[in-house]
Amino acid sequence: MRFSFTAEQDEFRATLRRAFAARSPTTEVRRLMATEAGYERDAWDRLNSELGLTAVAIPEAYGGAGFGAGELCIVLEEMGRSLLCAPYFATAAMAATVIQKAGTEAEKRELLPMLASGKSTATLAYTGAGPSLEAVGAGVVATRSGTGWRLSGAVSPVLDGLTADLLVVAASGAVGAGLSLFTIQGKPAGLTRQPLRTMDETRKFARLVLDRVEARPLGEIGGAGEAVAATLRELYAYLANEMVGGAERLREDALAYVKMRMQFGRSIASFQATKHKAADMLVDVELAKSAAYCAAAAIDEADPEAPALASLAKAAACDAYLQTAIHAVQMHGGIGFTWDNDTHLWFKRAKSSEVLFGDANAHRELLVRQWKA
Amino acid sequence: MTEPTEASVRAEVRAWLEANWNPDLGLVEWRERLCDAGWAAAHWPKRWYGRDLPVKFNAAIDEEFARIGAITAARAGIRTLAALTILAHGTDFHKEKFLKRILTGEDTWCQLFSEPGSGSDMAGAVTRADRRGNRWVVNGQKVWTTSAHKANWGLLLARVDWDSAKHKGLGYFILDMKQPGVQVHPLRQMNHHASFNQVFMTDAMVEPELMLGEPGEGWKIATTTLMNERRNADGLRSTASSAPREGRIYDEERAEIATTMAPYTWYPQRAGRTDLVMSRVRETGKLDDPVIRQEIGRLLVLSKSAEWTALRARAALAQGKAPGPEGSLGKLVASHVARQAARVHTYLSGTDALLSGADGAMDGLIAEILVSVPAVSIAGGTDEIQRNIIAERVLGMPREPSVDTAKPFRDVPRNLAAT
Ligand SMILES: Cc1cc2nc3c(=O)[nH]c(=O)nc-3n(C[C@H](O)[C@H](O)[C@H](O)COP(=O)(O)OP(=O)(O)OC[C@H]3O[C@@H](n4cnc5c(N)ncnc54)[C@H](O)[C@@H]3O)c2cc1C
Repeated sequence: MRFSFTAEQDEFRATLRRAFAARSPTTEVRRLMATEAGYERDAWDRLNSELGLTAVAIPEAYGGAGFGAGELCIVLEEMGRSLLCAPYFATAAMAATVIQKAGTEAEKRELLPMLASGKSTATLAYTGAGPSLEAVGAGVVATRSGTGWRLSGAVSPVLDGLTADLLVVAASGAVGAGLSLFTIQGKPAGLTRQPLRTMDETRKFARLVLDRVEARPLGEIGGAGEAVAATLRELYAYLANEMVGGAERLREDALAYVKMRMQFGRSIASFQATKHKAADMLVDVELAKSAAYCAAAAIDEADPEAPALASLAKAAACDAYLQTAIHAVQMHGGIGFTWDNDTHLWFKRAKSSEVLFGDANAHRELLVRQWKA
Repeated sequence: MTEPTEASVRAEVRAWLEANWNPDLGLVEWRERLCDAGWAAAHWPKRWYGRDLPVKFNAAIDEEFARIGAITAARAGIRTLAALTILAHGTDFHKEKFLKRILTGEDTWCQLFSEPGSGSDMAGAVTRADRRGNRWVVNGQKVWTTSAHKANWGLLLARVDWDSAKHKGLGYFILDMKQPGVQVHPLRQMNHHASFNQVFMTDAMVEPELMLGEPGEGWKIATTTLMNERRNADGLRSTASSAPREGRIYDEERAEIATTMAPYTWYPQRAGRTDLVMSRVRETGKLDDPVIRQEIGRLLVLSKSAEWTALRARAALAQGKAPGPEGSLGKLVASHVARQAARVHTYLSGTDALLSGADGAMDGLIAEILVSVPAVSIAGGTDEIQRNIIAERVLGMPREPSVDTAKPFRDVPRNLAAT
């Protein structure tokens, strides 16, 4: 549903909000973001054994719960809200989606249940900054080796690439010009994972260096282009939903702060400058939420417009999140610029989300190109 | 005696420097000679290490110093604000005790004005100074104090009278920072730097003679300090010198500069680094992107017109004209420029903007811009306060009705806990 949630979905969201508030207070976010891995396996296992979260959008036939993009987006929105530190986006949104779209039946039966149960974390490793597909496989070359395949090259930045148990790697140069996907599990010879220092420490990236690493094809060699393109188009919508969760949290926290803070003998919330900012923030966030929800529903409905709506949602979310973050710091005054105040955690998340999978300019461009047709 | 002219001042300082400049002296030793000769601060009174010269000659004097690579009196940091405030409001005792050691650089100063509960509303300070016997006992907390951990002395604004109105109940003190009642903790910022401190005062002592002015005059005196700060006084100005800079005195000066400037390494980044944009656009190969060209164009229009507006204000000042509205806009405009520059850097860097430190674009400099720019619209008076000032003082629009200036301060609603 595009314009409302079902009672079950509301209940699901409420459960998650309570759970994440308890599991991911900012003290915990700060503790985890200071670690190299960025998350802890125990907490990840509980997330899945108790809440079954990576299973949400994986079909029942592959060990999942069989819900859709709508439910996945509820989880992402609530995670964005709480900045929950876990390789969830990489596993449940990126890897699970691309495996469903590119894998053969046998591959899906083998790989998806591992993700659904939470036993394995995973990610999609590809090159290319934004929504352009041209560069996706550019960093990695696949060559035949006996009956199998080997990958060489480097990919960066890879979301949760340091810790992912299963790597889905995009490579070019296998057969003709077509893009291919490969999977790598565990710690094969020739694979080096280098942690990268990130501006938003709650999101971990790594650089993968591959030196003739043994890899198994996922789907047809040279035929992964469409599956990867379709995956990326969904990821825009998924990220947009995560982003509006963060934006709303920032908006609410800033509002609570200005209501409490006094200057000049009165609440700073009583200044019209503050009120106008708060009102503008509500407008920005609510509009971006509407766009994000619509984009999620369109995926579930297999609407041909879904890619355009995903870009619309990502563009709206980029602007809304960043502007909300700027206002939120500003409304806190000096304390908003300090490390100990939590506002910067979301400010940085807004910044990292802005450039991940293409910025607002790129998505406005995609939107208009798709809609003019 | 005839009126000094720029030429006569230049001749005089040049002759003196030629006779006296000696790079083998110690830094303090040299600066003491400057004080004795009146070249430490030529525009100050003769009695206090100056020569009563008009301030307009300072640039020429600095050029003469730079020409032969001579080192000037210490100027960086809060010390100049302290000196100007003491000159304006201090007694001979204060001037005797502090001015020379300020000029020689022996003493470092900090400014204890902002508090957790009073930033925009600085006059709402609640740090208290109570009389015990004939001394003052200070309790409270200050924030955003640069160099507090190094400072020997602090310029302290504290409430001495809770029954007077907000602006009338403050005192201005010179606080000895090196005493057990003063605890200094670094304040870490969202950009990882810790350029400021929090200062906790618990029964800190101030000798009675270290109050400037009378109890209740604190705000008036603080205004002098703030006005000079806004003017950037003699502040961080420096004149580039092409003279060779080798010798003991230069090593000592370099060490002094390094310590004083350490907190400020990220300041250029917070302004947005517009200067890097054209080289970044070439490096990233994005000049062909029309959207990015538009954004860069927007930035250049903004930053250039901002620069020229500042120059208009300066030109008017030089011609002795009354300051026009253009002089009040710089602070607010700097926020606009910084934000637009951050946008442009984000667009140019793309996913590289995700990374920081050695992994990031320009070794993390770009990331540092992105997480430093939010300071510009807060530090030194927020954008909102700047807009109020422009609207009320420049444009003459009605002032916000005040709810807190007419009643005893103890009755003013304020933040409960200092956090
Ligand atoms: C990087 C940095 C450097 C600093 N350096 C120094 C320093 O060297 N020395 C020093 O003393 N202080 C310094 N400060 C402190 C700075 O001056 C204050 O943070 C600033 O004045 C805002 O005060 P505040 O933090 O108490 O915020 P508040 O005053 O609580 O402001 C919170 C929000 O309310 C808004 N607001 C407040 N009053 C009004 C009003 N009347 N109308 C409309 N909106 C209003 C503000 O604009 C802001 O958005 C620094 C701060 C930063 C971030």
